[in-house]
Amino acid sequence: MEITKTSTKPKVQEHDHHDDHHEQSFITKYIFSEDHKMIAKQFLISGIFWAIMGGALSSLFRIQLGFPDMDLTALSPIIGNWLTPQGKIDPEVYLALITMHGTIMVFFVLTAGLSGTFSNFLIPLQIGARDMASGFMNMLSYWFFFLSSIVMFISIFVEGGPASGGWTIYPPLSALPQAVSGSGMGMTLWLISMALFIVSALLGSLNYITTVINLRTEGMTFFRMPLTIWAFLVTAILGVLSFPVLLSAALLLIMDRSFGTSFYLSDIYIAGEALSNQGGSAILFQHLFWFLGHPEVYIVILPSLGITSEIIATCSRKPIFGYRAMVYSIFGIGVLSFVVWAHHMFISGMNPFLGSVFTILTLIIAVPSAVKAFNYIATLWRGNIVFTPAMLFSIGLVSFFISGGLTGLFLGNSVIDINLHDTYFVVAHFHIVMGSASFFGLFAGVYHWFPKMYGRMMNRTLGYIHFWVTFIGAYLVFFPLHYIGIAGFPRRYYSFTNFETGRIESFIDLNTFVSFAAIITFIAQFIFLFNFFYSIYRGRKASKNPWNSNTIEWTTPVEPGHGNWPGAIPKVERWPYDYSKPGSDKDFIPQNIPLSKTPESNMPDDSSR
Amino acid sequence: MNLIIGIILLLSLAVVFLLFRSTEILSVAKKKITHSFEDSNNSFNAITGVIFMVTSFIVVFWYSYDQFENYFLPMASQHAPEVEMLFWATMAVTFTVFLITQVMMFYFGYRYRYNKNRKAYFYPENHKLEIVWTVVPAIVLVGLVGWGLYKWNKIMGPPPRDAEIIEIVGYQFAWASRYPGPDNELGNANYKLIDVENIVGIDFTDTSSLDDFMPREIHIPKGKPVLFKIKARDVIHSVYLPYMRSQMNAVPGMPTQMWFIPTKTTAEMREETGNENFNFEIVCNKICGRAHFSMKHTVIVQEEWEYIKWKNEQKSWIEKNPDYYANFIKNNSTDVATLND
Ligand code: HEM
Ligand SMILES: [Cu+2]
Ligand SMILES: [Cu+2]
Repeated sequence: MEITKTSTKPKVQEHDHHDDHHEQSFITKYIFSEDHKMIAKQFLISGIFWAIMGGALSSLFRIQLGFPDMDLTALSPIIGNWLTPQGKIDPEVYLALITMHGTIMVFFVLTAGLSGTFSNFLIPLQIGARDMASGFMNMLSYWFFFLSSIVMFISIFVEGGPASGGWTIYPPLSALPQAVSGSGMGMTLWLISMALFIVSALLGSLNYITTVINLRTEGMTFFRMPLTIWAFLVTAILGVLSFPVLLSAALLLIMDRSFGTSFYLSDIYIAGEALSNQGGSAILFQHLFWFLGHPEVYIVILPSLGITSEIIATCSRKPIFGYRAMVYSIFGIGVLSFVVWAHHMFISGMNPFLGSVFTILTLIIAVPSAVKAFNYIATLWRGNIVFTPAMLFSIGLVSFFISGGLTGLFLGNSVIDINLHDTYFVVAHFHIVMGSASFFGLFAGVYHWFPKMYGRMMNRTLGYIHFWVTFIGAYLVFFPLHYIGIAGFPRRYYSFTNFETGRIESFIDLNTFVSFAAIITFIAQFIFLFNFFYSIYRGRKASKNPWNSNTIEWTTPVEPGHGNWPGAIPKVERWPYDYSKPGSDKDFIPQNIPLSKTPESNMPDDSSR
Repeated sequence: MNLIIGIILLLSLAVVFLLFRSTEILSVAKKKITHSFEDSNNSFNAITGVIFMVTSFIVVFWYSYDQFENYFLPMASQHAPEVEMLFWATMAVTFTVFLITQVMMFYFGYRYRYNKNRKAYFYPENHKLEIVWTVVPAIVLVGLVGWGLYKWNKIMGPPPRDAEIIEIVGYQFAWASRYPGPDNELGNANYKLIDVENIVGIDFTDTSSLDDFMPREIHIPKGKPVLFKIKARDVIHSVYLPYMRSQMNAVPGMPTQMWFIPTKTTAEMREETGNENFNFEIVCNKICGRAHFSMKHTVIVQEEWEYIKWKNEQKSWIEKNPDYYANFIKNNSTDVATLND
């Protein structure tokens, strides 16, 4: 860390001299940019691309689930070789679709797209830094992600199809090409892509951590940082500690696949042949995977929670309730998320005693999560709530976080999980608490910081339409899955027509309904896309601080140049949540206003904030 | 059909676009130069939120009540009601929290929507309140966990001595079962001995394997503990019996087990569900490849006397495959000894 700091020092000073009036070539400005704002936009646009891909894939497999008899021959120009002669999706393609959907959404959209965008964009702006600690590493982070994206994209079209063992790629299924055709070339590319992805995540995370620790402006003490920054910081720490474990899991899998080792393989007879591998443990992979996998779900949700904290405070015109409790619960969640991983493995065959331990630890993590939810609601109480689209999405996030967190209490209790594991109940749980909630944080962030990103406003009416269709749509898609799960319907099933006699009929209508809602919701996202791209060029010009917000990114020019502030970086004089302070005639006091200028509203405990 | 969908799509796009243009034009016409962000259609959004919440709750209550039979499976093992008890207790707790929090959230949104004559209440913290809502959930959770672990240890604990032992082997994409036969002991097996006929790799040099039999369907007795010894041949599968509320993964290279006490025979279930084709099935519940979705196996629960009768009628595997057995002994009498080292 010391090294990065010293090596970037000269650079930061350089910016002081020539701020904006330094023409950059197209390539250094837009492509190999080292400016955190441009890199953030690169991540955002790539994330949007992947989100469309992920959404399109899910629409395809929802067609298979909801309209199993539909003839898709009309789509054959696009997805020709994925269809059976009857115009139906091939069962192995179905598995490939869900695998790619999960991988894309979890890693490429909600990890890279979300953290990459907002950690990059907001950390320097909100802590008062000219740029990231290392602009070069930051650029590398994006380009490793880009490479990883290319490899993953190519894998969709290779012979045998992309990886198809589920996003959790449990071996032996993922290790043996004989087991499923996606475990051939597709799986190899998946592993290469993820290795590149991990490099990118590590470069990014190390940078975020260093920047937050070392480059805060004068007066920006840790406890004056906005909750967004806290969330990004803990997210980055989780990433640094957990992604290497996934890398080692992947490396061992690569060895098993290509070099005849037996880390995960033992006593296997497949395709008419007994393999020589002995002594490996398939469960080992699951431990390694979930040691990343569980922190990963918090890597996905924490940035969204941070974004939401900021927006809910700003748009309720009220301080976030229990700032310190929020910080401690972010940390609590961060630490605990490392010791609950085996709740994904209650019935994997591991020792039931381990199951007991992980049940206890898992339900402990529900406590800080509950505290966060209560604090959001308390922030709304007696606020003066302005429903900007960002605020709506934030409220939507809290709603999802509660709904999905509560179903976690069922799954976390091992004895209930016996019956719910790998059913649609789990699918409902994590699509609500992770998928929907985190996506809503992403949307909220885009609507809220769009003016800072592009100097223009997004259209509000389209924002409202987008929100209501998406909010209602997401509930319509994911809530019914609880019932299907309680009824014992397994996930990752291509079709339920072979399922237990007499029971398939029970949910045909519901499945059709869910698919219908899913496709409508997916299509509604094009409203957002239109709004986004139209507003970049034609949106109404933004003012400097359009939401009357306190954090210091709003003290930069409407479109901040390289180095962010043309003059000196503002000094931070107070915490970021002085909204509606009694005595003040305005309902917000930005962080750079000294207490000495606001004697009318100062409070005895101001200095402790 | 496609045409109709297309038209609906086009129409809704047109509506959205019109709305979009009209708001833009309107705001220009009204000469709103300030564009203050506070007038954000607050009432519309606040009220829509409340309507959404109330409607959803009504629909959820109605559906949960109306469709109960549909999603709640009959329980057919001794521990199933105990698990369900905890499930529904958790449901009561979580649904209460769900109701209270969602109502508060949407109600606050409505009650405290923006009003330019009012100022929000500066209320940064309240330690008492925060301690309360940390400690209360913690206590409730301790209760749920304690209850859960008590049952978990019972269900996952050692099976009763008199349990009927049955070996279940999962492979792409079917299940095989092996019974120990009269000696009540499963003979050794080795994956290297597996072939097209001997699908679980029984080692016939072990004398306790000689009376083992492998039926086409699994039969189990009602009211007696049943212990499944679970193996997988190729990739991970999962033995899932939804009506028994029982599940355990089948892992290659690592034998697992689960046990339960059936409480309803297949015949009784047929009566209860009114479906004369009803059958218990082991369904595979761990993604395992192309035909994962159709990997299942019938389980027949019988009264104990029927079960014993059935068992006594079964012929051992070698009795059914005498040629294979003869060959096996000829080829393997020496090899297997080394194999098993
Ligand atoms: C109240 C806190 C929570 C508890 C007690 C909890 C518990 C669990 C448990 C026990 C499982 C495993 C279920 C199974 O496979 O049988 C699970 C699955 C999952 N949870 Fe949670 N969860 C909680 C919150 C969250 C949050 C906040 C996220 C993400 C932001 C999340 C994301 C996931 C995901 C992605 C899976 C499924 C992964 C898969 O199998 O594909 N959970 N949860
Ligand atoms: Cu987890
Ligand atoms: Cu299977």
